[in-house]
Amino acid sequence: MKITWKLFIIFLRIGAFTFGGGYAMIPLIEREVVDKHHWLTTEEFMDVLAVCQSTPGAIAVNQAVFIGYKINRYAGAAAATLGVVLPSFFVMLVIAASFATIQSQTLAQSIFKGVRPAVVALIASAGIRLTRFTKTGFDLVVIVSSFLAITWAGVNPVFVVVIAAILGVVRYRYAQKGVGR
Amino acid sequence: MIWKLFITFLQIGAFSFGGGYGMLPMIEKYVITENAWIEPNVFVDIIATSQITPGPIAINSATFIGYKMAGFWGAFWSTLGVITVPVMLILVLSHFLIAFKESVMVKAIFDGLRPALVGLILASAFSVSKTAIQDIYGGLIALGIFILINKTKIHPILLILLAAVTGVFLYH
Repeated sequence: MKITWKLFIIFLRIGAFTFGGGYAMIPLIEREVVDKHHWLTTEEFMDVLAVCQSTPGAIAVNQAVFIGYKINRYAGAAAATLGVVLPSFFVMLVIAASFATIQSQTLAQSIFKGVRPAVVALIASAGIRLTRFTKTGFDLVVIVSSFLAITWAGVNPVFVVVIAAILGVVRYRYAQKGVGR
Repeated sequence: MIWKLFITFLQIGAFSFGGGYGMLPMIEKYVITENAWIEPNVFVDIIATSQITPGPIAINSATFIGYKMAGFWGAFWSTLGVITVPVMLILVLSHFLIAFKESVMVKAIFDGLRPALVGLILASAFSVSKTAIQDIYGGLIALGIFILINKTKIHPILLILLAAVTGVFLYH
């Protein structure tokens, strides 16, 4: 019980004080789980991170589930997940409830008008940062065609994700057989 | 309505890879294009709000959209929906950590996904820009912030605040 409660409090703190989305939480989680409480070694933490990045969903939530489960099975997973989700859930509830009032203020309107273009810059930079991990000309073809499929042809992004995953497997098989190499 | 919110966010959660921005095209598709639950400019404001409030963008947007559509329980079921598939997947995979980590198949899938994710995220930036950039000032703010993100180490929260102040100066 004690460790479950501790997990809840730690992930509550992480959920409440990291701004700017999942990636910002990784160093904080590492500090608490590896450096302070020694629940995982650095290497184990890296393994967990690798899995959490290659499964769908928010990375911080995935890490909470994984680490919580590792430390105290289902109770641990539930406690850590609740902890990491609750702060943003309640903050967003308050914001959503007052959003109409906020939006009707002319000051807020000019703030949003300034902030919206910045959001475009943030998203575009996130996309461009990911290109560091793409290497081949084939990757470039996939980037361009998935971009066009969504913006121009209105293809469902889920479909694009599924096709890309299948393509990855096909390419691997193809390379393994040594064809075309 | 609540059931529909749950199912919609279940799908969004199941197919959003790469964390955060990777899910934006799904939200756009299901929440804006298909159901018209929120307006495009509200979507942009949710993303901006997510940047300056704690927590992952997935939770923030599910809570916000759920609340707007069906109050507290809408927020509750949307948030539960968006985490359900990832949570179950992680619980299963934690038993096979080593096998999963070293699986060439997982690596192959993710190598295939990565470039598509880039396309997805850039598509999202493109469609958001249509709502977000309304005049030449908007274009300049986007360009300026883009340069600051990539050339300096200034925290994104500060950049959002900078854009907010600029907005007040230009439009108020």
